[in-house]
Order: sequence, then structure tokens, then C-alpha cells
Amino acid sequence: MDELKQVFLQESGEQLDALESLLLELEAHPDDETTLNGIFRAAHTIKGAAGMVEAVAVESFAHVVENVLDRLRNHEIAVTTELAALMLACTDHLRVLVASEAGTAQMGAAEIDAQTASLLARLRAFGPGGQVPQAPKTEEPGVQRIPSLQTGHNCWHISVRFGPEVLRQGMDPENFLRFLETVGNIRHVETLADRMPAVAEMDPELCYLGFEIALESAADKQTIEDVFAFVRDECQLSILPPNSKVNDYVELIESLPEDTLRLGEILVRIGALTADELSEGLRTQAMDDGEAPAAERHDKPIGEILVAQQVVQPEVVAAAVAKQTQVSEKKAQDAKLIRVPADKLDHLINLVGELVIAGAATSLLAHKRSDGELIESSSLLTRLVEEIRDASLQLRTVQIGETFNRFHRLVRDACKDLGKDVELVISGGETELDKSIVEKIGDPLMHLVRNSLDHGIEAPAVREAAGKNQRGTLLLNAYHDAGNIVIEVADDGAGLNRDKILAKAIERGLVDPDTHLSDREIYDLIFAPGLSTADQVTNLSGRGVGMDVVRRNLQALRGTINVSSQAGQGTRLTLRLPLTLAIIDGFLVVSANRSYVIPLDAVVECVERPEAEHERNYFNLRGQVLPSVCLRESFSLAGKRPARESVVVVQYAGQRAGIVVDRLAGELQAVIKPLGAIFRHLQGIGGSTILGSGEVALILDIPALIKISGQAEQRLLARPEQRSA
Amino acid sequence: MTTLPTPAGATAVAGAKAPVVVETSPAQYLTFLLGGEMFAVGILNIKEIIEYGTVTEIPMVPPFIRGVINLRGAVVPVIDLASRFGGKRSEISRRTCIVIIELTENDERQDVGVVVDAVSEVLEIPASEIEPPPSFGAKIRADFIKGMGKVNGKFVIILEVEKVLSVDEIATLARVASDGGTADLSGGTPSA
Repeated sequence: MDELKQVFLQESGEQLDALESLLLELEAHPDDETTLNGIFRAAHTIKGAAGMVEAVAVESFAHVVENVLDRLRNHEIAVTTELAALMLACTDHLRVLVASEAGTAQMGAAEIDAQTASLLARLRAFGPGGQVPQAPKTEEPGVQRIPSLQTGHNCWHISVRFGPEVLRQGMDPENFLRFLETVGNIRHVETLADRMPAVAEMDPELCYLGFEIALESAADKQTIEDVFAFVRDECQLSILPPNSKVNDYVELIESLPEDTLRLGEILVRIGALTADELSEGLRTQAMDDGEAPAAERHDKPIGEILVAQQVVQPEVVAAAVAKQTQVSEKKAQDAKLIRVPADKLDHLINLVGELVIAGAATSLLAHKRSDGELIESSSLLTRLVEEIRDASLQLRTVQIGETFNRFHRLVRDACKDLGKDVELVISGGETELDKSIVEKIGDPLMHLVRNSLDHGIEAPAVREAAGKNQRGTLLLNAYHDAGNIVIEVADDGAGLNRDKILAKAIERGLVDPDTHLSDREIYDLIFAPGLSTADQVTNLSGRGVGMDVVRRNLQALRGTINVSSQAGQGTRLTLRLPLTLAIIDGFLVVSANRSYVIPLDAVVECVERPEAEHERNYFNLRGQVLPSVCLRESFSLAGKRPARESVVVVQYAGQRAGIVVDRLAGELQAVIKPLGAIFRHLQGIGGSTILGSGEVALILDIPALIKISGQAEQRLLARPEQRSA
Repeated sequence: MTTLPTPAGATAVAGAKAPVVVETSPAQYLTFLLGGEMFAVGILNIKEIIEYGTVTEIPMVPPFIRGVINLRGAVVPVIDLASRFGGKRSEISRRTCIVIIELTENDERQDVGVVVDAVSEVLEIPASEIEPPPSFGAKIRADFIKGMGKVNGKFVIILEVEKVLSVDEIATLARVASDGGTADLSGGTPSA
């Protein structure tokens, strides 16, 4: 049961996400039938799933929402901004309700109830469909009531025979009964175990049970039928409205597999019929049908029989059929996705990593032995292993688009709150990155987007006065660059106010008033804790904690954030994150007999170091100045620099630099092995890998290496002069 | 890379696999030599003992971190105990070993290797034979010492491995070494 609930929580979360994005879409394209149907389906799925786990609050609320959606779908009411906003609010509330089922709700129960009530009141405004179905629809057109034969018994009669596979599919018949109680009052239940074989033949995993139920309820037939929606395919279900004709009961009895008389008795016992009525009915039936072969009737689908009996309106059957088709379509879609626990994937990737190392060792050995055939077969193996590696790494990556799309809602709501008009432009949504990073990048991104909306983009009037389009633009972009993923959040707002930031920073004592800072350094101050240039603290931002937290979160992911801004033109925040793939393509270099790996994505070219004309760390690369880092110097490696050195030209964030090494040793696949907690503060080294020879090689973190080399140089320069500059 | 073929090593490994020692019974300790002195470590933390092999040095770390080794596909840091105690690094000889110790800190398991001059034997030291550490004079930080075991009338320093190999402490030391006094990393405050 717990597991079922887990699945419910997860699935309803997904459905709510879908619901939300579809609602936003609907707002933009109110006439789109597909969207509308999608919305309805999502709401319905949530309701159904909630029913399965007895999440009554979620279920009943979802039901009301669904009713309004149904009216929308039937074009009884039109899509309005108001309605869309209400639906979004309902989606949020459903989220709260689901959270409260999970015990993780932020609100108290009373608060939730109050919100439920207020939303229900608002939903009611959208017509009778919005009402909690209290008005009993006892009178079903198509069912003739014959007063003389009226049973004087005001219950629905439900007979259900669960299919044998029901238990195996994770459905417990008992839950349906309990759920039924949320629809009405179960007056009487009779359990039928006629199909139960002898103990020896019984399979405990199969369900042999059937029920005859008398239900006192104000709900309509559809609602009752929906209770069984999850097993509709599997079970035989017939529902008779209260005060049905006796003949209907009789036909029902005959359509069921059990012995006629026995069922008759049960119905009498339940109180659906009186004994007289039964015998009367049975007689009439026999006369009408003559010796109608019962078997033939069995062959017909239950729906047809019921229609023939006028028990069910044809539309209802049509609806049920449509629903079944929907359900099976959804099943087909689900089949294309398999849920796999993340640790299984991690294990697989670890194993592939080991495979890569072992493969490298084998091919090294083959080359040593100079065995042509072995070399050939090992190179084939290497190619296959490479493919397996790529395929298994792909399993863990997801597109960032989904994360981006969630901001549509945020932007929309924030615009309403702030009275701004902002268009969210998304590009590079197909950029893939590791799922673990995607999960952690959501919050920082949200902060940045909020900041842009709140502080960046101006109010329409201000924009117009500045000669800009009234409608602001917020751009979310993602792309791959040199083994990193870059995410940009850019707006065309007012830009950062250099003087204001500086003044604030001085006021807070973050900088010395006399220091001269470059624009870039000043912009970087926005990441300092406690600094907010907002004159007012809004509920969106301005408390001065956001950017600080954003930067720290990014650092935890080994990422960086940069800001560039132009007054009046806008602000662009650039986030750089490592792909943190478990395996990378690397370029092996050797310095002082130690091996280092440079991520291949960062490598532009390799050149021989020109004749050392000076000891400085730059040289002429085809007429351009190329600053360089000498590994021997940076890592204080022992020994003298060799006469001939090589330079690996790397590119990072549009900057080029050279890494001076003793010699180059070619490309390899590097399985990243973390260096562990002891080295967590180590800069310039991103991890380690094991070479085919068994030796551990360090993987260089190029951006950090360049940064620390720069810092080291500055320290060196600052020291003798005691910072006179 | 292979497990130590010496009898001492064999005993140690076998000892580690022995059923968990009941508290009242004398605990088992692995003794080893470091700079001519005898030290002991509780055997339950010890995973294995290997020959001193290729250790890959890590740049910009304090000297007591010798580097990392490849332990059957896992990268394990190696600490030089002599240097950690404030002395010189151990000279590598034919008998130098790496003792792999499993630590649990902050709910994270981490294997750490320590370099010792030679592994001697596994001893049972009853609790009654363990004296509290001297308040000074051992020339080793007092919190590194769990107790002084009496073996054949001589004292053996029983090490508190959780303290000696504290991942948090070592990481902080490593950070200080690699920063070399760099400006505050956390804030946007320019180094003034």
C-alpha cells in the first residue's frame, strides 16, 4: 500500500506538472481541443489515482475541477483569463493537497481546508458542473419506472465480478469498496465466491470474488462507474439505478455467470427485490425469451447486453468505451518509458567505467606483444565499449527544456503581480545534461529569473519612456561549450546600477570606499551576502540573500556564474556547469613523468613550444599573444624543464590559454574517479582516472587551473611591493 | 597491489575477518613500526595491507598527503603517518606497506591508506593492560592517542584513527595548503 502511495505521489506530481503547462498553453490558445483534452485527462488521472490510494481530499477536489473542465470540453463555458487563473490556482491547491497526503505540506490542515472551500466557491461560479454533485439524478431517462413494480427501495444496485488478474495488477477489490463509500452509503454487500476452485487448485494470486452491492447514493451513474474505472477492462460490472424495473434486475441476473436462482436469492436478501417480484419477473422473462440460449448472451459484450436491456444509456457506453481507449492509449505511451531506480543506472555506469579501464589495459597489452590479430580484436572491442559507454551515459542525461518550461508559469504569475509585460523566450531546450544537475539547477535558476523580473525588467510605462518595447524579454538559453554546459539568463531591462551597487557595498562595509573597482568587480558584488539594491523588499526578491545562495549552490555543483550588464540595455547572467559525466574523452599529457588528463572538449590544438626566448608565461601563437600555464611551475613538480616542451592550447569561456607540458601522450577515455572528501577543496584538479597501466592520473580542471595560476602570479607580484598599486 | 605475502599481513587479513570481538574479551590490534617506534591500531577498521606501490602525487597539498593509489579500481588517498605526526616523511624501503583503513565520518565511508615502515603482528591487548595516554611527552598530539598498551613490558601507542585520519581536518589542511593564503573564496569582497 505504501508503495502504491509512493507511485501516486510521483505520478500525481508529474500529472500536475503536465496540467500546469497545458493550462498555460490553453491560455495562449483557448480553442485548442487537444490541449483541453489533455487537461481533462490529466485531471481525471489525478482523481482516479487519488481514489486508488484513498486520498479523499485530493480526489473530491479533483472531481469538482474535472466537472468544470468537462463543461469546458463540451463548450458549455468558454476559456477566460479568469477561469485559467482559477484553474492554475486549483492546480496549485491540488499540489498542496497531494503534499498533505505525503505529510510534507507547508500549510496547516485548517488553512488547507479554508483554501479548499474558497476555491470550491469560486469553481461553483462556473455553473452547475462546478457544483459538488449533490443534486441527485435519480431519474435516468431511458429507465422506465413502473410504479406498481417499484421496490420501495432507493438504492443503486451494483454487481461486479472482478477479473482473475486484478490482484496481480496491484488492485485490491477491497479498496474499490472503500472508495465506493466515498460516493455513497453501502447498504448491503454480498460476496460471491462461487468461482473459487477447490483449495488445491486455488491460486492465491488470482481473484475469484464478486460482489452484489446495494448503494445508497446521490451520485450519478457515471460517477459510480468511475469508481471502477481502473478495473473496468477486467471486471464485469453492471449498475442498476434505484427503482429500476424488475425485468432489468432479472436480465441482470441472467447475464451473470452465477446460478440464476442463487443470485435471485441474493437480490432478495439485499432488498433490491421482493420474492414475489422476482418470481414474477423470472416467469415473464422465460415467456418472452422462450428458451433463449443463455450462452449466446454470454458471448456478447456486457455493454451490448446492458444496452439491449436499456440498463445503460448508449451514450454512457460510448463514453466508457472512449475512456477505455484512452486508458489503453496511455498504457501504450507508458510502455515506451521504463522507470529505473537511479542507483541501478549508477551501478551500470560504474561497471562500464571498469570495462573501459579493463579494455584499455587489454589493448595496451596487445600493443606491447605486437600481436596483430590481438590488436585488431581489441580495437574492435574498444569501439564497442565506446558505444556502450556513450549509450549508457545517455541514459542519465535529460534535456533542460523541461526545467526551462516550468518558468512560463513563474513569469506569467510574476507579471500579473508586478504589473509587467514580459515574454519568456527559450532556446537550447534540447541541450542535454546530467539529471542530477538538472535537479539541482532549478532553484538557482528560479532566483535568477525572479530577480530579472523584479529588478531587471522595468514597468511598461518606464520602458516606453525609455524608448523600448513595452513588452520586456527574458531569455533562457543553454548550450554546450568546452565540456561545460552554459545556461544564460538574459533580460532587456534596465541593467545593473553600477553606482547604486557600489554605494550599497560601501554602506555595508563590503568594500573600502577608496578602492578603485572595475565594472566587472562591482557587478560581482551582487553575489555578496546581504547586498540588495532593491529599494523595497517584494515577495519576489530583494532580501539580499538570493544571489549569495545562487552562487553557493552553483559552487557546490562546481559551476560558476558571471554577470555582464549594460545600463539601459539589460543584464546577462552566465552559468557554467560541468557536465559531470562519469566518463569523458580526455587528452593525456605527461609532465615530470606524471600523467595528467585534459578534458578533450577544452583542447583546441597542440603545438610545440617555440624556442624559449624568455621565462615569461606567454608566447606567440600565429601572431597572437597566448598566456600559458606551466604545469611544472603550477604544481611545483621536481626536476628541470626539458629542452623541448609541448603546449596544449585550451579554450574556455571564449578565452584561450596554453598549458605547457613535457610531452603529449594522446587521446584516451577517462573514467572519472572522484578524489574523495579529503581533496574536496583542491583547486585545479577535477578528479582522477585510472590508466590502462594501473597508474592514477589526475584530471585537470582547466578553468580553475587558469584562475589559480593567475592568482598565484598576482600574489607574487603584490608581495615585494606591498601593494603599492 | 597484491596483498602482503608476509605472515604478518596474512594474519592481519585473517584477523579482520574473524567474528566481531566481544567487548569483554581482549581486543585485537595490528602493530607496526614507524620511525623505529611501535604503534598499534584496532583491527576492526583495517581492510587490508598492501605493498607500497605507485603512488600518484597530488599537487598543492600538505606533505603528509602522499597522494593516491589505485586500489582495484578505486582511488584511495594515502597519508604519510610519520609526517602527519609532525616528523619527516617515511623513507620507502622494501618493507614499507600501505595499511588500508576504513573510516566512517559524517555517514560517509571512506578508505584511507597510511604508509608504515613495516607491519609486525596482530596482538591481543586486554583492556586492563591499556593505560590512559600521557598528558604530554609523547610528541604526538594527545587526541591522536587512544591509549598506551603494555606489550612485553613495553608501551605501544594505540592510535585513535578517527582523529589521526579525520577527513574533515585533513581536507581543511589541504585547503589551506592549496590556497596559500588566497583571498576569501566565499564572498565577493575584493582582497583589500
